[in-house]
Amino acid sequence: MTAIKRRRGMTLLAGGLAAGMLLAACGGSDDSASDTTAEETAAEDTAAEDTGGDEATDGGDMAAGCEAYADYMGNEGTSVNVFTSILPPEQQLFEEAWAQFEECTGIDIVYEGSDQFEAQLPTRIAGGNAPDIAFIPQPGLLAKLVADGGPVPASAGATAFVDEYWNPAWKQYGTVDGTFYAAPLGSNMKSFVWYNPQTFAANGYTVPTTWDELWALSDQMVADGIKPWCGGLESGGATGWPATDWLEQVMLRLYGGDVYDQWVNHEITFQSPEVEAAMDVIAGWMKNPEYVNGGYGDVQTIAITPFQDAGAGIAAGTECGMLQQASFYANFWQNFDESAVVGPEGTAYAFYLPEISSDIPQPVVGGGEFVTAFSDRPEVQAVQSYLASPDFHTNKAALGNWVSANSGVPLDTYAAGSIDQLSAEFLTNPDGIFRFDASDLMPAAVGAGAMWTEMTAWFAEDKPTSEVLADIDAAWPAS
Amino acid sequence: MSVEAHEMPILPDVDPLEKESIPQAARRKLSSPWASFVVVVITFLWTIPTLGLLVTSLRPAADAQNSGWWTFFANPAVTWSNYAEVLTGGNTIPNGITPYFFNSFAIAIPAAIFPLTLACMAAYALAWVRFKWSTVVFFTIFALQVIPLQMSLLPLLQMFNLGWSLGPIPIFPDLNRPGSEQSLLAGTYIPLWIAHTMFALPLAIFLIHNFIAQLPRDLMEAARVDGASHFLIFRKIVLPLSVPAIASFAIFQFLWVWNDLLVALTFAGGTPDVAPVTAYLANVKGTYGAQLHLITAGAFIAIVVPLIVFFALQRYFVRGLLAGSVKG
Repeated sequence: MTAIKRRRGMTLLAGGLAAGMLLAACGGSDDSASDTTAEETAAEDTAAEDTGGDEATDGGDMAAGCEAYADYMGNEGTSVNVFTSILPPEQQLFEEAWAQFEECTGIDIVYEGSDQFEAQLPTRIAGGNAPDIAFIPQPGLLAKLVADGGPVPASAGATAFVDEYWNPAWKQYGTVDGTFYAAPLGSNMKSFVWYNPQTFAANGYTVPTTWDELWALSDQMVADGIKPWCGGLESGGATGWPATDWLEQVMLRLYGGDVYDQWVNHEITFQSPEVEAAMDVIAGWMKNPEYVNGGYGDVQTIAITPFQDAGAGIAAGTECGMLQQASFYANFWQNFDESAVVGPEGTAYAFYLPEISSDIPQPVVGGGEFVTAFSDRPEVQAVQSYLASPDFHTNKAALGNWVSANSGVPLDTYAAGSIDQLSAEFLTNPDGIFRFDASDLMPAAVGAGAMWTEMTAWFAEDKPTSEVLADIDAAWPAS
Repeated sequence: MSVEAHEMPILPDVDPLEKESIPQAARRKLSSPWASFVVVVITFLWTIPTLGLLVTSLRPAADAQNSGWWTFFANPAVTWSNYAEVLTGGNTIPNGITPYFFNSFAIAIPAAIFPLTLACMAAYALAWVRFKWSTVVFFTIFALQVIPLQMSLLPLLQMFNLGWSLGPIPIFPDLNRPGSEQSLLAGTYIPLWIAHTMFALPLAIFLIHNFIAQLPRDLMEAARVDGASHFLIFRKIVLPLSVPAIASFAIFQFLWVWNDLLVALTFAGGTPDVAPVTAYLANVKGTYGAQLHLITAGAFIAIVVPLIVFFALQRYFVRGLLAGSVKG
């Protein structure tokens, strides 16, 4: 009996071994197969170029539709790997947007997305396995990587595009110690207030365009028995971030870009009168028991409501009037109601959170990713330049669900009346004051730590404002 | 009682006709109705989360998103579309779970066989081949278990990508892919196999050594007297008798590698050519983390293999686990 058992055990192991070898072999042949096809296409491309003669006379195979990529030619058969935190289904849109570029230039862009991006990237760089290009969503992380060595300065092409097409504030965020490293990619616009256009129409409300109108509307809603505001802070390990957005909006609106930058750099502390005044504004807004929390209950419920669920009362109609959230909140409305329509006449849309004073015109808080290269190989530089071009940004924007702050993208590229179009309108305004999300710029101990937890405590436990601010200051790293 | 008699029950199917031993007493006490009742209750409680996963994986996307799985019983709506989307691909990940599934096999099977093979030989040598310092070597290997693998991720990654040499002596060559800064090993399974093997060896050698060391000395001596070499003893006597220990460690190692995400992401990356099924599960939630119905369906597909492995080898499991821990 034992003998039989034994033999069976050994067969199992042997079978496993064979299967393992087989799979390994398959994996290997797969790899080489794709390599050869890449080489073949590359060979074809070069052949086409050779037979085509000089470009002026060449109207034939290679140049068909490829004229736009003339600057990126000469890198056939190479491959560039891109590492990002952007996961499917958006991955497919990126691949679609640069498909023609790949075809024309013969550069194969290998996309890899990971939700462990922030942890994996420094490990890979230190381990000698840096990606060619990474899309870095935090300027703070970029600065840290530059300090440790790794990123290479932006290609000349990318620099020229950024100078020409972006609000100057953006270039600043891709710059470390005076060297420009990374051009912006996608952007999101955080200075929005979401509402239900159909509810507004039914009640005769109009979209407020000034700070005073916003509060008049809120009071009107209270009089009509609608809670004007709702909010949710719960977001797993990042619980509290929506509240940091509220503080950023008010800070930028009250004091403008310079004070905001000082605040980001801790040149003015959280306990300074400026921040206290901003907190008072929020106390009269999102901590005002008359105003919140539509659809959920009292002020405390803001702390425990998942941010994805905060807008339920707006979708339901009259349980909640407005929600301050970023442009990407457009993706959540169909979770509440599959027939939800995002648009000016739909069941969800957004308006710009009005400026407080005309001295500080059109302040916008936003975010975005930065295309950072870790190699100066010509194909990597070509891809980095291309990813900053209005051409690529227009391709990508046309596929939807994505906003670029590149002013070379015509506004009619976006679907008419979409939230993306509205975002782009504000993000590309050269006269607006753009600032990056402050919590993404501050040291992680504050921007991804104390600021989240303390703001949550401010709502959840009604912790006194002075203690909240003192505790955030205490968490600021000493150096 | 002699030492030999004490060790006899380790051999399968030898049932000493003695008075009630400690395991037998334990078995009798644990099979009382009360104990059974407690076991049933605990099993039920422990299964609830898995049940929740299963129920969620069968619910339509909107239901799974908007209400807890327990509301399913009030409002039952079943769909196979989640499984279809996970298996064949869909909006989220075009090719579905299949490529990742095969990667997991390609990673886990060699990563279980390599350390087992090495550990069996090492364990035999440490247990039955007399050489100077063998105890020291054994305890050094045993002590290596205290090093958390996270500590060695970076040095190993550097070694794979940049090579490593001790002074002038190259230990690991710098395998650079022509025309790129990347190593030839980047994007292959090889670093994963090596890493998993290294991480597994200390525990494997320890467990198997303890089992092998308790095989009856008489057997070995008889074989030596008959002129058998170490290799012959290892192959004809030790290996067949150690199947319980080998099988139980194989289960352990296979499950650990199958469920690993950290090592795979670090050494191989997350592209569909090499990433295991755990990377699929981490990515299928998409950018906004709201694909509960797909994660649960994917998780259920992913646990099928560990379940098969476990049930196929489970009769060895308890026996192998007890290796070296209980005498008699």
